[in-house]
Amino acid sequence: MSIIGYLLIIIGAFFYFLGGLGMFRMPDVYNRLQAGTKATTLGSFSTLLGVGLVNPAFLGKALLIIAFIALTNPVGSSVLARAAYLKGVKPTSKTVVDEYADEATKKAGEEQ
Amino acid sequence: MFFSVFIVTFFTWLILTNSLEPSEVVIGLIVSIVVSTTFTRYYSIKFDWKLPVRILRFVFIYLPVFIWEMIKANLDVAVRVLNPSLPLNPGFVKVKTSLKGKNSKLALANSITLTPGTLTLDVKDEELYIHWVDVKATSEEQKQKHITTKFEKILKKIFE
Repeated sequence: MSIIGYLLIIIGAFFYFLGGLGMFRMPDVYNRLQAGTKATTLGSFSTLLGVGLVNPAFLGKALLIIAFIALTNPVGSSVLARAAYLKGVKPTSKTVVDEYADEATKKAGEEQ
Repeated sequence: MFFSVFIVTFFTWLILTNSLEPSEVVIGLIVSIVVSTTFTRYYSIKFDWKLPVRILRFVFIYLPVFIWEMIKANLDVAVRVLNPSLPLNPGFVKVKTSLKGKNSKLALANSITLTPGTLTLDVKDEELYIHWVDVKATSEEQKQKHITTKFEKILKKIFE
């Protein structure tokens, strides 16, 4: 059981590393958020689950923390991305389509 | 619906502290009352006879799909980040959803954020604005097929 736990912790650490690398390599805020959100969710999940398996007394808490991360992490990154867009942070020049532009200018108009 | 938020908060406290000592329980009661009176204005949890069925459906139908999609999302990001040429084809797209309820739209937006290559930016009425790392389609039907359909079907069964 504890071997599986340690394995999960190693996998988690690897995904954290990928999240960091993604932050570094991606060209703009939105793509960085993509890398950051995804890599860190599986990273946290498997690290916490690993800790829970190594030390079974912690398992219940670990599952609860996982549930809260699953609920809050996506909301946080959506809000960050939305705020960045409405504040006028330009997406990378590689961007193919932008169907949010109209909506965002409408919102900016309402606020003024 | 002050009471339902209170119950959920209090049980969360009990699991997190993991003890039934009187001092812990009393502090938990006080914290739960403060939290639930503050947040009851924004959100309420409805308890009804359908709730157990919903929870069962959530655990056995939604969670397996969700976990599988999440693992795929992570591998997808891993492959992109490790690839020396950094394959990206990003864009912002608008997708219509047929879900009506507040909770179901929140769940859909969250699921989309945690699935491969998509991140929800904004939800307005029946439209979701999504940042997509690899834009594969621009027609309405294709977009729905790629992004929303899978979760929409499941969430409709659970919430509506």
